This record gives sequence, C-alpha cells and structure tokens, in this order.
Amino acid sequence: MIHALNALVAAEEAHVAEHSDGGWLAAGAWTLVVVPLVAAAIIIFVGKRLPRKGWELAWAAMGYVGVYGVALFIANASSGIVYEQSFEIARMGSFAIEWGWVVDGLSITLYTLVGVVGFAVFTYAKGYMEGEIRYTFFFGAFTFFAGAMLVLVSAPNMLQLIVGWELVGVASYLLIGHYWEDKENSNAAMKAFLVNKVADVGLIIGVIVIAATVGSLRFTDVLEAAAVGDSALADVAVAGGILLFIGAMGKSAQFPFHVWLPDAMAGPTPVSSLMHAATMVTAGVYLVGRMFPFYEGMAEDVRPLIIAVGVITLFAMGLIAMVQDDIKKVLAYSTLSQLGYMTAAMGAGAYTAGMFHLFTHAFFKGLLFLVAGSVIHGVHSNNMSDMGGLRKLMPKTYWTWIVGTLALMGIFPLSGFFSKDEILAQFSHGGETLALIVAVGGAFITAFYMTRATLLTFWGEYKGSAHPDESPNIMTRPLIGLAVLSAVAGFANVPGVYDGFTEWITTRGQAILEYHPDGIDFGIAAIGLAVGLAGIYAGWVLFSKDRATQRERDSFEVPVLYRLLRNKYYIDDLYAVGLVNPIKGPIARFVNWTNQAILDGIVNAAGIMVKGLGTFVYGFDQRGLDFGINAAGFSAGEAGETLRHSQTGKVQQYAAALFVGMALLVAGFMIFN
Amino acid sequence: MGWFDSGWGLSLTVFLPLVGAAVVMLIPRAQEQLVKQAALAFALASFAASVLVGFRFDYGVSGFQLDTNLSWISAINSNFHVGVDGISLPMLILSTLITVLAIIYSWNHWPEPHNPKAFLVLILLLATGMAGTFVALDLVLFFIFFELVLLPMYFMIGIWGDRTRIKLAVFNREVETRLYAAIKFFLFTLFGSAFMLLGFIALNARGGSFDIVELSEMGRAGVFAGSFGFWVFAALFIGFAVKVPMWPFHTWLPDAHTAAPTVGSVLLAAILLKLGSYGFIRISLPILPEEAQNWAPAIAILAVIAIIYGSLACLAQTDMKRLIAFSSVGHMGFVMLGIATLTEVGINAAVIGMVAHGVITGMLFFLAGSMQHRYHTREMARLGGNLKLMPILGGMLGFTAMASLGLPGLAGFWGEFMALFGSFNPLDGLSLGVFRTAMVIGAIGTILTAGYMLWMLQKVNLGEPNAEWSGKEFHDVDRYEWFAWAPLLVGIVAIGVFPKIVFGATDGTVEALVRTAFGG
Repeated sequence: MIHALNALVAAEEAHVAEHSDGGWLAAGAWTLVVVPLVAAAIIIFVGKRLPRKGWELAWAAMGYVGVYGVALFIANASSGIVYEQSFEIARMGSFAIEWGWVVDGLSITLYTLVGVVGFAVFTYAKGYMEGEIRYTFFFGAFTFFAGAMLVLVSAPNMLQLIVGWELVGVASYLLIGHYWEDKENSNAAMKAFLVNKVADVGLIIGVIVIAATVGSLRFTDVLEAAAVGDSALADVAVAGGILLFIGAMGKSAQFPFHVWLPDAMAGPTPVSSLMHAATMVTAGVYLVGRMFPFYEGMAEDVRPLIIAVGVITLFAMGLIAMVQDDIKKVLAYSTLSQLGYMTAAMGAGAYTAGMFHLFTHAFFKGLLFLVAGSVIHGVHSNNMSDMGGLRKLMPKTYWTWIVGTLALMGIFPLSGFFSKDEILAQFSHGGETLALIVAVGGAFITAFYMTRATLLTFWGEYKGSAHPDESPNIMTRPLIGLAVLSAVAGFANVPGVYDGFTEWITTRGQAILEYHPDGIDFGIAAIGLAVGLAGIYAGWVLFSKDRATQRERDSFEVPVLYRLLRNKYYIDDLYAVGLVNPIKGPIARFVNWTNQAILDGIVNAAGIMVKGLGTFVYGFDQRGLDFGINAAGFSAGEAGETLRHSQTGKVQQYAAALFVGMALLVAGFMIFN
Repeated sequence: MGWFDSGWGLSLTVFLPLVGAAVVMLIPRAQEQLVKQAALAFALASFAASVLVGFRFDYGVSGFQLDTNLSWISAINSNFHVGVDGISLPMLILSTLITVLAIIYSWNHWPEPHNPKAFLVLILLLATGMAGTFVALDLVLFFIFFELVLLPMYFMIGIWGDRTRIKLAVFNREVETRLYAAIKFFLFTLFGSAFMLLGFIALNARGGSFDIVELSEMGRAGVFAGSFGFWVFAALFIGFAVKVPMWPFHTWLPDAHTAAPTVGSVLLAAILLKLGSYGFIRISLPILPEEAQNWAPAIAILAVIAIIYGSLACLAQTDMKRLIAFSSVGHMGFVMLGIATLTEVGINAAVIGMVAHGVITGMLFFLAGSMQHRYHTREMARLGGNLKLMPILGGMLGFTAMASLGLPGLAGFWGEFMALFGSFNPLDGLSLGVFRTAMVIGAIGTILTAGYMLWMLQKVNLGEPNAEWSGKEFHDVDRYEWFAWAPLLVGIVAIGVFPKIVFGATDGTVEALVRTAFGG
C-alpha cells in the first residue's frame, strides 16, 4: 500500500516553492522566543506589582508574537521564506550543541497559530481568570508556555526540540495543577507529566540513535542524510522512526498514551484551549511533519504504525466523547479524535492535509474550549446536566459555539469541511481503504457527539442553580474573532481553486513529495458531508427531547458499550493496577526492604564482626565498646571537649584495626606478586 | 602573577582554609561573631583564589597547569605535586564555593549543640581536604587529602547530627541515628580507603613512583598490564566506589546524609561524593587504561542498577531528607555510566553531571534543612501545603526538584542526556549490547526520577497545609538563606542554558585523556 503510494508520489512533480531568506524579519525571529520567556520571568518575579498584576505584560508579549507571526505569515505567502540560523553553545570534540531558529513554512504556521490563537486566549483569560487565585503566576506560567512552545517550534536541531518539548511539559504541569489545593488536580498534573515522560524516553533514545548515527543533531543534516540514502542511517531508520514517533504519541496524546489529556482538563479553560487543543498537543504532529521527508523515505516502514495509531485514536476516543457529561471532557476526547486524524494523515503521506487540519483545528477547537469556558463561567459547573437553555441567555456564546461546532463537524463551507475532506481524499487516493472507512465513521461520531453537546448545553430548559448571563466583552470578542477564523480558514486551501496553504506549508529546505489533488474529490466530499449531516440528525433525534438528568439521557445507550465507554475502556485502571500502583507500592517497598534488611544487614553484621575482632585484639571493655558509643563526649554535647576527648581514640582504634589488616594484605600482595 | 601560577595559587586555595581553621581556634569561643567572620573571610579568600585560578587557566591547553612539584617525603619518593586541568578546575571552584555558602548559611542556622567555633573549624578542615583532593597529583598527597575529609565529617555527623533513635537490622537494638550514621560513614569509607591505599602502594611498588602524571605515562606504556593491573584496579575500584557511592556500596549514604546537620549534608552531597567519581577519572582511567576497558561493562551495569534501585527506593521513603539522600544514588549512577563509556561525550557528561549534582542536590539539602528548621519534622505525611505557608521557599523547592529530575534548560539535563548519548556509542571494543541496554534502562530511570520528585512535591508543597500548622507563623526565606542559595539557583539556570561554562573547561582535557589513554 505504502509502496504503491510512493510510486504515485514519485510520479508527481516534486513541489519546490520559490523562496527567499526572509530578510530581517526571519533574522529577528529569535525574539519570538526571547520576548515571551523574558516576559514570563518578569511576571513571575515582579508581576504582582504591576497595575494589572502582570496580565498586561503577558498580553503584550502574545500580541508581539501574534503580530510577528502574522507578518511572517504574509511574507511567506508572498515570497516564501526558508531561513535557518544556529549558534554553538557547547562542543565536545566534533559534536556541537547548538541553539538556533528555523523560519520556514512549517514553523511559520505554528508561530502564527501560537501568536494569533494565543492572543485571543490571553485576552479572554483576563476576563475568565478575574479574581482567581494565583492570578499573576497563572499568566507567568502561561507566557512561559508560549516561550517554550516557540523554543520547540523554532528548533533547527533535535536537542533544542527536546528542550522545548519538556519545557512545554512543565508549563502543562504547572497549569493543569493550577488549583493544587485539590489533590485531584495535582494528580492530573502529575499524570500529564509522567505519561509524557514515558513517551519522552522514546523521543530521547530516538534522537540519540539518529544523531549518533548521522553525527549531527540538525534536522537539515538528518534529512539530507535520509535524502541521499546514507547507509548507516538506513540501518537505524525504522528503529529511530518508531522511537521518535513514540515521543510524538505522548505529546499528541495518541492511543495508548492518550490518558493524560482528558485529566488535563483540570486546568483553567484558557489553558485547555491554547495548550491542550490548539498548539501544545499538536507538537507530536509537528515533529512528524518536521521529519516528514524521513518518514516518507527511509523510515517508510513506520508509516503503517502511524496510520494505525491515528486511526485507532480518532475512532476510539470519538466514541468516548459521546458519553461524557463534562463539557470540557467532550471537547478533550474530541481533540484526541481530531489529533488522530492529523496523525493518520501524516502516516498516509498527506503532509499538507495533516498540517492543514492542524491549522483549522487550532481555530475551531481553541474557540470551542473558550466557549465552554464562557458557559462554565456563567453556570459555575462543567456538567452539561447543570446546563440547558443557554442559547437564549448567552446568545453570543451560543452562536460562536455553533460556528465552531459546524466547523468541527466538517459542514460546508466552514474550515473543518475542507481540512477533513482533504484527509479523507488522501486516504482514498492512497488506497488506505480501511483508514478511509474508519475516518468516515469518525466523522459521523463527531457530528453526533457535538449535536448532543449542543442540545444538552444550549437547548431545552436551564437546569442549573446559578444565574447565567452573557459573558463580558473581553471574553466574547475573542470568541467572535476565532469564530470568523474558524469559518473562513478553510478557504486557504481549496484543491483546484486556490492552493495557498499547500504553497506555504511546503516552503521548506527539503522537497516534500506528496500527492496534490487537482480538484476537490466530490465523491468523498459528498460522503463526508452526508455522514456529518447523518450524525447531526441522529443526535437531534436522540437528544432534542429535554430530559431531566444525564443518566436518563444516556439510558438508551447499548448497555455493555456504554459502561465500557464511561470507564474509558478501563485503560486508566489497567495502568493504575498493572503499572503505577505496583511500582509505587510493593516494588518500591521491596527495594527499600532489600536496602534496609539485606544490604544494611550485611553491613551491620560485618560491623559486629569487626567489633568482635576489635574486642578480641585490643581486649576492650565490653561496655565501652557498646555500639551505641553513648560515652560522655558525644552526649554531653561539648564539642570542644569531644574533639580532644577519648572518642577520637575509639575511632583511631577502629582505624588501626583496619590498617593492620590492610598492612597484612599489602605484605601478602608483595609476597605473592 | 608568576608566583601565583607556579603553585602558590593552588596552595593558597587549598591551605587558606587550614590557616583559617588555626586562626579560628585561637579566637575565644565567646566571641562568636568574630569566629564567624574569620571563618567566612578565609573561605572567601580561598574561593577568590580558586576563581583567580580559573582566570589564569589557559582553556586551550589540555595538560596540568598552575602546577608545582616540590620534593616532599623523599624517603618514599613522594612529592608535593599539585596542578589543575579542565576536569579538576570546575570541581575545585565548586568546592570552594560550596564552602563559602555553607558558612553563610550557618550564620543563623546552628544545629544543636551549637558551638559555632568547633563547627566552623571542621568546615574549614573539610574545605582543605576537598580542594586538596582535586589538585593533588601525587598519590600520597591525594590519599592524605582524601582522608582528611573523613574526620571532620565524622564529627559533624556524630556531634551535630540527628538525635532521634533508630532500630537497626541484625543488631536488633536502638541507637542514636547520628552515632550509627557517623560510625557507619567512617568505617565504610575507611574500608574503601584501605583498599585504595593498597592499590597506591602496589602501583608504587611496580612503577617506582607516586606521581599521577608519571604513572599515567607508564600505564599507557603497559607497565601495569595483566593480572597485576586487574587487582590494582579492583582495589582502587572499592575505594572510589564506596565514596561515589556505587551500588551496592551505597548504604552508608542515606544514613549519613539524613543524619548529618544541614551543612554537612550539603557538603557531603555536593562535594564529597565527587571525590570518588573524580578518582576514577583522575587515577583509575589514565593509569590503568586496559583494565578500565575490562571493567567498564561491569561499572555500567552497576551504574544502571544504581539508577533504578535508587529511584525505586526513593519512592518508598517517608522522610523527605532521606528521599533526597537516596536520589543521589541514582544521579551518581548517571555519572558513573558516563565514565564507563570511556568516551569524550561520556566523561564530559560525568563532569558536568558532577557539577550539576553538586549545585542541585546541595540546594535540595539546604531546602530540606530549612524546612526541618521551621517544621521540626521531615515526615512528608505531616508536611503539605508548604507552598501556601512559605511561597518563596516552596517555589525554590519546586524549581530545584525540576532541575533534579533532569529538566532541559536546567543544569541536571546535560549530565543525564549526554551520559545516555555516550552509552549508545561507547569506546570501540566495549560491548554494544551492554551499553545500549544500559542506555535504555537509564532512560527508563528518568521516568522514575520524575515520579519520585513530583510525588515529593505533591506531598510537601501542594495541597492544604496540615491542621497542626494552623495559626503558626512561618518565616519565609531569610536574608542569609538568600545569600547562600542565590548562587546555586543562578548556577542551575546558567549551566542549563549555557553548558559551555563547564564543557568549555573540560572538553580539551577529556579529549586528550580519551585519546592518550584509549586511543579513541
């Protein structure tokens, strides 16, 4: 299948866009990293003394990134930019550790997303976080995240990528655990960090394997070696490819590493929006994209694995979203599912389609989370069973939700329609029939659970106890801005009509070999649209009647399946029972026991023997040699005395015993040598 | 500056604290302020001398510098030979710095039974021993400095240590923690030193010299090859492995670190452990290069056992200080793994790992000590919500714990990552199977490290404070603590962001070491 695809791809013209070095705009892109990081440091240290408690600095930093990102985006769209700069920060022989930044179509897309969605989210967060505990630290950590994410995205080498990769993980830990008074939240934060750490073992070893083989950490060198068919790299390509992908699975929360993302919803909603939907979780997809020429060439045997992981995730996680009551959990499982689409697309060789879905998803899913936050802000509950009827009470919130939802469902002409359709078309073109069928099924599920969520939240009667009304302008304006982007972003890439995004994203130092359709595959588009509408219809039929409680609403669900989904396929329990608890409990205790009882037992027994030997040799007074050595000098606490006193003598005697023994050994050694 | 470069610089660095100890002894005990000022002055002078050494040092040259070689004990052909190279220089400066910080911290943190005079004399003695070990180029001199460290630490633990009582395995009786820990520390190390000395004497018997430089040349020429080399390496191995400590010689460490007064724990963790790993790099590898290659797989295996074992043991601790103590076992495992690869990358990783562990774990012990000072307990079950009661102290703890778990961008990352990197491609001829397996297991160890560090943070820092602390006033980080800690916190970030601070010194020397000893 893969080989067939390659044959097809090879027949296509390699797409190498015209490009420039970007001038001062690209040369100054390092400030994208430095500005947020410096702002974060200032906010954390002195933010409380600023008039707006540090928010203004965070907002300004994001504004800077947003404006700079858009400027780069426009420059790239007009003339194409490929620029790379590295500085050495340490050297070991021929092996250099470097710091630098890449400005090309791929990284610019991410800069823009972080800046634009980030600016909207930071604006919104001012309203959302008003009066919350640790307000200043929140913005400090959030700005730090932006800086760390840009460290990751701008990395010209794999080591810098790891640095950014783990720093966004720390930001994630800090922000998921923002309300750390509650143990559940700090558990969620730990879970996110540790699950990622497990996957990072793959990333780190993968980087070591590849970098040690190529002799360089730079992506350009690795991709060059892959392009020319370096035989040493070819030997480790599949292993290295799998290992890197394991790292990507952790960050992008792919099955079976997905378990941390739903729990990460414990963080404040702006965090869920920017980090756990729009940008941070796409880092894994970004890594595969950055290494795409490697995966489509030398490591092509890894691609079936990538497709399988993506497809399993997109389907299985979409199913769970159907039975959630917490509105943020619905969106979290939806995010997992959409990340599955992106991953599978990358595996299927659809670089542009995968990245395009990443692009549109950032807008509509970022938006949906912010809308959910607006709702939660109004009703003081995450549970849809406390909501209902909000379309009248919160009209702006409602209509922006509708835009985001339709975009996510892939309804024409909103952005998700175009990006999802391109993925489906690529599956179809590449002969990935199974992936195509599952992905189409996933589209039905998406439409279904979003219809359900819409009806439960905004339709029917209000069931909560708080008195919700529309959120303040500072929150609704970012919603409207993102809604506009969610609506129109799809037109950035319409096969056969306008292929701007294809140009932008493939503007890279390496040729991206992939299939570019000449026009929309109307058959696939019709199927995608049809299952979307079918999903809406099914959701409407089942949930339009207002019911009193969540349990009642879902009571028609298939009994066994319902329990399986409610319990998340028992995967979390499996990890807890099979892995975490044994290590934390019996295994750790056993190791400690071996230390205390066995190793120390041997030491103590040897001590007794030495003591016995000492007693025998020197004829000490038994009481005086009592192991406690509770003699006068120590317990009296007179240190000055002690230094002079007899206790030194005791140690000397031990020492003497040892040295006598040693002298015997030396003598023996000399004689027998 | 000729006089400074020809031995005086190093001698001042090493012996100023010793002079200081003598001066402090002459000051009457009642004049506590003067005692402290004198001790700090000499420690600062020694630190300044070591920094000046760093400035006079030529980073483009790989041999020993600022050296001197004077006839000393001519009867056994032992000389006063001192010098620094790129490997010892970072350790030398670290040791003088930590001494200064320890004295600043002690200013208002006196463990019972008080007596600052005696305490400071011991710290200054330790300083001479530590600095001396890092510059000694003569085995007898090395041994004397190495042992000089022992007694002050023994008294520090035995007198100012933890007074709770513990029940011992096998002995089945209760003893005071400080006494058990002090004696165990002393005897364990002495046991190792005895073997080490045996090895030194044997080297002298065969090579006719105690000079490390001369012996290294002989080692390259194959003078110590064969079973002689094997046994000498074994003897040195025991001496250094106890000090590092490597599994299974580590059991003195959790007891000694936990029982020691705060400053003692800091010095133990930050510097004393490094005497062992430094000994491997300075003595075992260059003098016995062939045996180093024979022993390397075994060292790598013990190193990864230490990583996993130490981390798992951490997960079982209930005492915060003991958890931090046990974490050293795992971290030093990474250092030893780096050394075992016998490559430029691996040994560089070991040196930066030693420096990083010094600043990070030193800082953790400071923090643990200050928390004990305020809460009068180290039981994690009773702590909690520390971040609420003392936000700055808690924030520092969180930051340092993140550094300890090897977060990129902070100091701890380089030693771990580069050690794993070195293990992928160890010296030619070493078993790829062993080292690559070690790499994978070591990498898995980083998960456990993250696990116990975050778990400790959750128990100590997060959540609501325990009811028993309600209504109590807690004083957040004070002035002396700021002064003592700021250099460490800055160092953690600086080395993390710009590792050239260490690699810039070590790289040329390590390259020369690997090339001359192993031809790699």
